[in-house]
Amino acid sequence: MSATATPLPATTEMRPGAEVVLRALTEQGVEVIFGYPGGAVLPLYDALFQQNSIRHILVRHEQAAVHAAEGYARSTGKVGVVLVTSGPGATNAVTGLVDALMDSIPIICLTGQVPTHLIGNDAFQEADTTGITRPATKHNYLVKRSEDLAGVVHDAFYVARSGRPGPVVIDLPKDILIKPAPYTPAPTVPHRSYRPVTQPDQARILEAVRLLKRSARPVVYSGGGVINSGPEASRLLTEFVRMTGFPCTNTLMGLGAFPSSDPQFIGMLGMHGTYEANLVMHGCDVMLNMGARFDDRITGRLDAFSQGSRKIHCDIDPSSINKNVKVDVPIVGDAGNILAAMIECWKQDDTPVNKEAQTAWWRQIDQWRKQDCLAYVQQGKIIKPQHAVKRLFEITQELGRETFISTEVGQHQMWAAQYFGFDKPNRWMTSGGLGTMGYGLPAAMGVQIAHPDALCIDIAGEASILMNIQEMGTLAQYRLPVKVFILNNEYMGMVRQWQELLHGSRYSESYSAALPDFVKLAESFHAKGLRATEADQLDDVIREMIAYPGPVIADICVDQKENVFPMIPSGAAHNEMILGVGQQGGVAGVTDEGKVLV
Amino acid sequence: MERTATIAVLVENEAGVLARVIGLFSGRGYNIESLTVAPVDETRSISRITVVTTGTEMIIEQIKAQLDRLVPVHKVSDLTLDGAHLQRELALIKVVGQGEARVEALRLADAFRARVVDATTESFVFEMTGNAEKIDAFCGLMKPLGLAEVCRTGAVAIARGTRAL
Repeated sequence: MSATATPLPATTEMRPGAEVVLRALTEQGVEVIFGYPGGAVLPLYDALFQQNSIRHILVRHEQAAVHAAEGYARSTGKVGVVLVTSGPGATNAVTGLVDALMDSIPIICLTGQVPTHLIGNDAFQEADTTGITRPATKHNYLVKRSEDLAGVVHDAFYVARSGRPGPVVIDLPKDILIKPAPYTPAPTVPHRSYRPVTQPDQARILEAVRLLKRSARPVVYSGGGVINSGPEASRLLTEFVRMTGFPCTNTLMGLGAFPSSDPQFIGMLGMHGTYEANLVMHGCDVMLNMGARFDDRITGRLDAFSQGSRKIHCDIDPSSINKNVKVDVPIVGDAGNILAAMIECWKQDDTPVNKEAQTAWWRQIDQWRKQDCLAYVQQGKIIKPQHAVKRLFEITQELGRETFISTEVGQHQMWAAQYFGFDKPNRWMTSGGLGTMGYGLPAAMGVQIAHPDALCIDIAGEASILMNIQEMGTLAQYRLPVKVFILNNEYMGMVRQWQELLHGSRYSESYSAALPDFVKLAESFHAKGLRATEADQLDDVIREMIAYPGPVIADICVDQKENVFPMIPSGAAHNEMILGVGQQGGVAGVTDEGKVLV
Repeated sequence: MERTATIAVLVENEAGVLARVIGLFSGRGYNIESLTVAPVDETRSISRITVVTTGTEMIIEQIKAQLDRLVPVHKVSDLTLDGAHLQRELALIKVVGQGEARVEALRLADAFRARVVDATTESFVFEMTGNAEKIDAFCGLMKPLGLAEVCRTGAVAIARGTRAL
């Protein structure tokens, strides 16, 4: 995570609370705030008006402010900062906060509050913000005394960025923002109670390395923890995987930590992961989990998950270990530190590597790869959604521009994960844990603010995009050239897919009726609107979208019936994967127990 | 296999800390058998929470890890696992009755070392300290003798010997 800026000296001079907050933010290295004003935060907006070091981006909805801050944080490794008013401002932000909590994204959310003497009186725009956000944040604060103000801001930044990162709320009563307060610089002493372990236990590292060296069928399964640790962890992961020669799979959150173009990359794993990645997980004898959390999307049916393997689990959060899956070697620490220690240990330890068996393992993997599970047929005029993503990827590769991808949630998200390759970390922003429709556009906005010259594309669905479409206004106001690439199949596609496969094709409420004309919609928001309805228009639309210097909505009308495959149906095991349409009969066998799962 | 665990937690004595602990239990579906909390240092800046819970070994391990990652938590100790410990609970027990039942209640209270802290011609309030089983047993005996009201603190616990949290 980013280092703090130069400490500002403590002053005996008392300044209005709002100024003290901004001073603390400046010391913490904050350059941008995403926010929306309101009565309770007027003093802060007044202070913002009178300074030039922090830039404020006015969003159109508080949920979008948090997603924008998430995009900013995920693409830079810095803490994202949000400013919203009391009551509805704070409650609107809650979805974003839970999203950041589930995906471990460092966020500071400043919320306005009614003055201290009115708290608990059901005052206008009052909400119990710390009560509501307690399970929605890593931690939260209500500042009731002016002398605590600066200290709380510094504490909040420390909590947000250290250990397993997450969102932190600071609730600021209006009188505290007005009353004079002292300034105290960021403390240099360790936190009084929160001190996460970042350095791994060497004995465990040795145990893990020996287990891996002796293994016949190893796999490295890496997740968002590697990305959160910083780019150095991704570099070390790549070094480790290459020096060991092991196959490597990434979770949805971990894409980009290991280059997708590397021959040792076997694709994403899990519900819509590749055939080879899931069979490797199923058949391995030693599994190295680096910064992932055995999420239910990954494991499928727990009692059938990789039964024959010894498991090494590296995580900075001890509560992730043995939560879903019992592991053999738990290692608590920062992924970067663990990887550095493992590389060192691998070099020092003279345990012979089980080369012969590992060669045979690769032969098996190559057999599975021949299944070519992501193959699709693009013929005729109808655009296959997979093809649209693949062409988008290939054209951006060809152009060689620094490219960042965000997504909304649903089928298009999975196709983006499957067909867009990532060779670097921090280039892929998607709502993994919470699965928040409406995430992608504001996230792309935050990414574009942090990387003004980069190509920022939100791969969207026509249903998801409408959940935060108002942010087109923000794009226009700040001239952010974000590209919204809609795979429009006129259905909430993932809902439709589950209804087709699990509920007898009864498409209950999943049709996107009365859609807007996305081209005109773009134009009314001062953006460019493009549309492709036939396959031979696709490349031209993609090129025009990228070449246009401002924001664009590209409405790509795709095959309405296409499903995401491979798929591990809910309640099934990794080796019970469905590969495609021909095999869909198998889904009819999903038990009620399976149907209960989401 | 489920087991009972008595967990001691040292926390910052600040607003909302108890809500964080209780919210963790309800939000994740863990059981609370009893929970006590009070500041324990001279400056009243640290509180000790004693929580008695049940669950499988994996769940109890989770509970401890989840408690430990709360920001205001200083220390978490599983007293049941970490060795011998003492566990005590205080109860105030009101028994209403006359005649032989009243005499019998007093006799039993004496046997259980319950103290009489209030008495009228028709009632007693007994104060009793002990582990939960002892208080359960006493209350069971009082039932036919006119048990009217029970209040209990929930368990507090401390490790035996030199070990300190």
